[in-house]
Amino acid sequence: MSEVLEFDEQVDITDKVCPLTFVTAKVAIEELDDGQVLAIRMNDGEPVQNVPRSFKEDGHKILKLNDNEDGTYTLFVRKVEE
Amino acid sequence: MAMTDQQIERYSRHIILKEVGAKGQKKLLNASVLIIGAGGLGAPAAMYLAAAGVGKIGIVDADEVDLSNLQRQIIHSTADIGKPKVKSAKETMNAMNPDVEVKTYHKFVDSTNIRELIREYDFIIDGTDNFPAKFLINDACVMEKKPFSHAGIIRFKGQLMTYVPGEGPCYRCVFKNPPPKDAVPTCKQAGVIGAMGGVIGSLQAMEAIKYIVGVGDLLTGRLLTYDAVNQEFRKIKLPHDTSKCPVCGANPTITELIDYEQEVCEETAGRFEVKDENN
Repeated sequence: MSEVLEFDEQVDITDKVCPLTFVTAKVAIEELDDGQVLAIRMNDGEPVQNVPRSFKEDGHKILKLNDNEDGTYTLFVRKVEE
Repeated sequence: MAMTDQQIERYSRHIILKEVGAKGQKKLLNASVLIIGAGGLGAPAAMYLAAAGVGKIGIVDADEVDLSNLQRQIIHSTADIGKPKVKSAKETMNAMNPDVEVKTYHKFVDSTNIRELIREYDFIIDGTDNFPAKFLINDACVMEKKPFSHAGIIRFKGQLMTYVPGEGPCYRCVFKNPPPKDAVPTCKQAGVIGAMGGVIGSLQAMEAIKYIVGVGDLLTGRLLTYDAVNQEFRKIKLPHDTSKCPVCGANPTITELIDYEQEVCEETAGRFEVKDENN
């Protein structure tokens, strides 16, 4: 079993397609305070390729990517305020 | 106030931008812009601001849509001929984006109504075609401490500058007074390439959006000119000493609004000392 980190808020983007995958997750992280953690459940493939990278480009900290072993992953991101 | 899923999707290409994000989009949704003139400049400005989700947009124009407007005023259609421009503009904007509240003012601005009109808006766009209106809008915005985008187009040329209170010269700092009556031809007499309104009016919308979101530098203290014949943009540094300006200076002599009598649209730059930043 993969380790589940503590998080403050979660969002499921498995029903979204690019670019709404990242956009939805981005809207969610903007609601958090600096240092809080967002857990994002996403499908394998394109989201796993792009969403972590986009968060990194926005300056946030990627903590972990868990394989849920059901075709989805959960990404843990710590919010870094500019 | 959270955005709906529909709003997140509609504005996704804004939200994805680092400089905008959900925060910037919410600023747009909560902002208000008044567009004076629903013509060549006002049409594209109004459409881009409506599309961008600016929450409240006011449009002022006393005219009706005329067949000769349609070559450049893309917010109006052939079926709108004879309709008040503000009504036609509102219909286009509502159809484009139901998030936007469009307020219409079917009248001319003058010294008696403009201050009250602009008071309830965050940013003003001057899309008028004559000097009296341009000086009136400038003076009123200075008096009410409102930022505004000035622009003018004629033939193959266009220009724009932005006034933000306390952050550079106003239109009158640069252009002093309206030119003598008939010294400058109107757009009607001189003609204008339709796409010129699209270029310059879109730049005005860009200034409004940047002001609202708070990103980058505006055209304060700068006049941007566009010459379509040579496909040349120039950014001209404006005189920065505003202290002697009769309206925004330290000791203003213009304290009441003036209704000048003439109807002309303007020729680009040239009536003041210019310093080309490219040189």
